[in-house]
Amino acid sequence: MSLFVSFISGAIFSVGLVISGMINPNKVIGFLNIFEQWDYSLALVMGGAVAFNLIAFKLIKRIQTPLLGEKFHWPTKNDIDRKLIFGAGLFGIGWGIIGICPGPGVVNLLLFDHKVIAFILSMLFAMASYKFIAKKLE
Amino acid sequence: MQDIALPLIGGMIIGLATSIMLAFNGKITGISGIISQSLEMPKAKNYWRYMFLAGLLAGGTFMLYFSPQYFFYSLNFSLYEAIAAGLFVGVGAVLGSGCTSGHGVCGLARLSGRSFAATLIFMGMAIVTVFIRGLL
Repeated sequence: MSLFVSFISGAIFSVGLVISGMINPNKVIGFLNIFEQWDYSLALVMGGAVAFNLIAFKLIKRIQTPLLGEKFHWPTKNDIDRKLIFGAGLFGIGWGIIGICPGPGVVNLLLFDHKVIAFILSMLFAMASYKFIAKKLE
Repeated sequence: MQDIALPLIGGMIIGLATSIMLAFNGKITGISGIISQSLEMPKAKNYWRYMFLAGLLAGGTFMLYFSPQYFFYSLNFSLYEAIAAGLFVGVGAVLGSGCTSGHGVCGLARLSGRSFAATLIFMGMAIVTVFIRGLL
């Protein structure tokens, strides 16, 4: 049942991504390009999502356990460490190059474009490589 | 009107999706984490991740079929830019423990200091990157 909910969550997420226009990298770049014809769409998307969640998460936190799971899996780290700063920095650079991040990247695979496939494969390669190296260095 | 309503509603639908995941499964929807954790030998504890990713594709397919106009845009970048972007996004998301869904949509709503910092940093760097790319 919870697997089904995961599927539904993913489906609703991508419907939201599509309707919001965020799968279109030109709209993302248009937002990040603050010095030219500014496309404020992304601000509204993020605003809508965060506003919704500010209320929803607060309500959800009132229940002791999730409806189908054993416990809530809250993130454990609380400090702003170097990894977070560097990671966010690198992520930002990557995002700024073509205006695609993981979620929209996956949905854009539906275009069957070789450049999108290359982005995803390159992202997967980088993720796997970093995880492998990080583990070896421990 | 359309260009205010659609992003706003789309955003709220994204919020709804993450709230459903939290309420039922108790998990934060960080897509980069969902993807990176899936990069191991298939195992039961990752099934929910595979299902989420399948859902992303299913929802997208649904929209592509019923409202294809949302997919009418061109990809104005080169293959090399796509590869470079993928490398940065891949390392950055894993190192930084999240992306726009995990830190942005969920983290900010949780009032997480880490996510505020991460979001400010990746937004800032993305803006700088777009600016520099525009000069080249």
